[in-house]
Amino acid sequence: MAVIPVERKPLTFAERTYIPQIIGGLRTTLKHFFAPNVTLQYPEQRPEIPKGYRGVPTLVKDPNGREKCVSCQLCEFVCPPKAIRITPGEIPDDSDNAHVEKSPQAFDIDMLRCIYCGLCQEVCPEEAIWLQNQFSMSGFTRAEMVNNKARLYELGGTLPDEHFKWDKKKTAEEHGNAH
Amino acid sequence: MFQFYFDLPLIVRLVVQAGAVILVLFPIAAACSMAERKISAWIQGRPGPNRTIAPVGGLLTPLGLAGRIPFLGPFLQQMGIFQLAADGGKFTFKEDPVPGHVNKFYFVLAPIIAMIPALTTIAVVPLGAYYAVINGQTILQPIVLANVDIGLLAVFAVSSLGVYAVILAGWASNSKYAFLGGVRASAQLVSYELAMTLSVLPAFLWMNKPGGQGTLSLFDAVQMQSGVWHGLSMASLHGMWGVFYMPVSAFIFLVALFAETNRAPFDMPESESELVAGFHTEYGAFKWSLFFLAEYCHMIIGSAVCILLFFGGWNLLPWIPLTTLIDWLSHVLPFATHPLFMGLVGIGIFVGKVFAFIFFFMWVRWTLPRFRYDQVMHLGWKKLLPLSIANLIFYTLGIALMQK
Repeated sequence: MAVIPVERKPLTFAERTYIPQIIGGLRTTLKHFFAPNVTLQYPEQRPEIPKGYRGVPTLVKDPNGREKCVSCQLCEFVCPPKAIRITPGEIPDDSDNAHVEKSPQAFDIDMLRCIYCGLCQEVCPEEAIWLQNQFSMSGFTRAEMVNNKARLYELGGTLPDEHFKWDKKKTAEEHGNAH
Repeated sequence: MFQFYFDLPLIVRLVVQAGAVILVLFPIAAACSMAERKISAWIQGRPGPNRTIAPVGGLLTPLGLAGRIPFLGPFLQQMGIFQLAADGGKFTFKEDPVPGHVNKFYFVLAPIIAMIPALTTIAVVPLGAYYAVINGQTILQPIVLANVDIGLLAVFAVSSLGVYAVILAGWASNSKYAFLGGVRASAQLVSYELAMTLSVLPAFLWMNKPGGQGTLSLFDAVQMQSGVWHGLSMASLHGMWGVFYMPVSAFIFLVALFAETNRAPFDMPESESELVAGFHTEYGAFKWSLFFLAEYCHMIIGSAVCILLFFGGWNLLPWIPLTTLIDWLSHVLPFATHPLFMGLVGIGIFVGKVFAFIFFFMWVRWTLPRFRYDQVMHLGWKKLLPLSIANLIFYTLGIALMQK
């Protein structure tokens, strides 16, 4: 390893008295004294959420109001802290979407365990689980911190996508050509 | 109108006056803690404490009522005034634990000893001046609790007792950090006391002529700086502030003052990043707040003395002393020479200067990093002390030649 000696300039007399440096420092701090504050007054002012932010995971519906989740349980499987718990279920026979796909009977995400890694969103084949903008979760009990299915859909809202996969599948099923 | 007051026995008047001064000094010292927080916040680009407001029950108190006045209330809230009240309440009422391993007597004694010199020195510090008619003659009199000739000596003697509080606290706490803080404090205060005392001597060399009656009075030190402009002659020197013809003295005094009051960059005894909290590590609640207040009182008295010696005391500007200002004002306001008005103007100017100094103290604290301990000693003994001795010799010779 080559050693390169760096020539250090000897300090001038003014520098050794330390006074010019003090005055320079005082000038800098005075500038900041009169500069506007950078603090966000949080509850009143909210931060601007950047695109692609990974907030609380939510479940979304498609524009026709159907659940996108088909309870394949991939997210449950991939979740590193095991925060997701899915009970798979059938869509009832009297529903319009019966026999098209499955849907979760129960879907719980324990927000005390969730680490906001986004793997569930990444792995989901149906684009049903999304980490959205909500960054603040709080509650008074542990039970409150578990988001159940109703709450997850409430948080998630509708995803304005253009796939309409279910429509196609249903049509195909009705015409006896599922695949 | 005020004759009934002067008919009171002297001792009662003195107690009332001293009480009044302390009742002003104490809240100012407390308010300094909020000023410190706000100034540090603004320098760091934060708003500082701005949320606290008196609860609904606080409506019964004047401060709580003030918080509900439109515009004024939110402004006070922004300035953290209610936070100050909340802090005061907390320090007064929270549990005051005494750790089991301390020497209880000295542990309790230390904060008391810290407060006593801090509040005592104000007695000889003149705060303003007024015209008094004594035996038919109008003379300028200082507004001071004890107008004694030893003025400055008393300040130095009493305020240096403050170090005993730090040493006692450090020793009685029976803890490594507190002990180190106490040791550092004693070494530092002793080192800078020398330079500080030597630096003010030139100011008194100017005042005291050989053969005349000597004085160390701070009032005379201000009188020395309250002359009017006489054109470019030696007489004009009289109206100049000390800092202009003794800049080195003023500089050394100021640096030593930072060290004496344990302020950054000389906050060795506390150095919270090295010694937890230094000498007051084991203290909490009210006793801790007493140390805190004592520090601010020391700062106030120290800046007051610095202003009296080098920055013209209650004179508005160089060559515009208080008497000239009052003279001008008396053309507009007929009551300008009234002792009450003149005293208030003088005290106002003086307190304004003190606040400017306090701001400077805080500004420096949030600018400079702390010196290392060996650097503090190096600066004190090998730089400031020789410099102050050279400064003293220079002025001794200069004054001797000028006054010959």
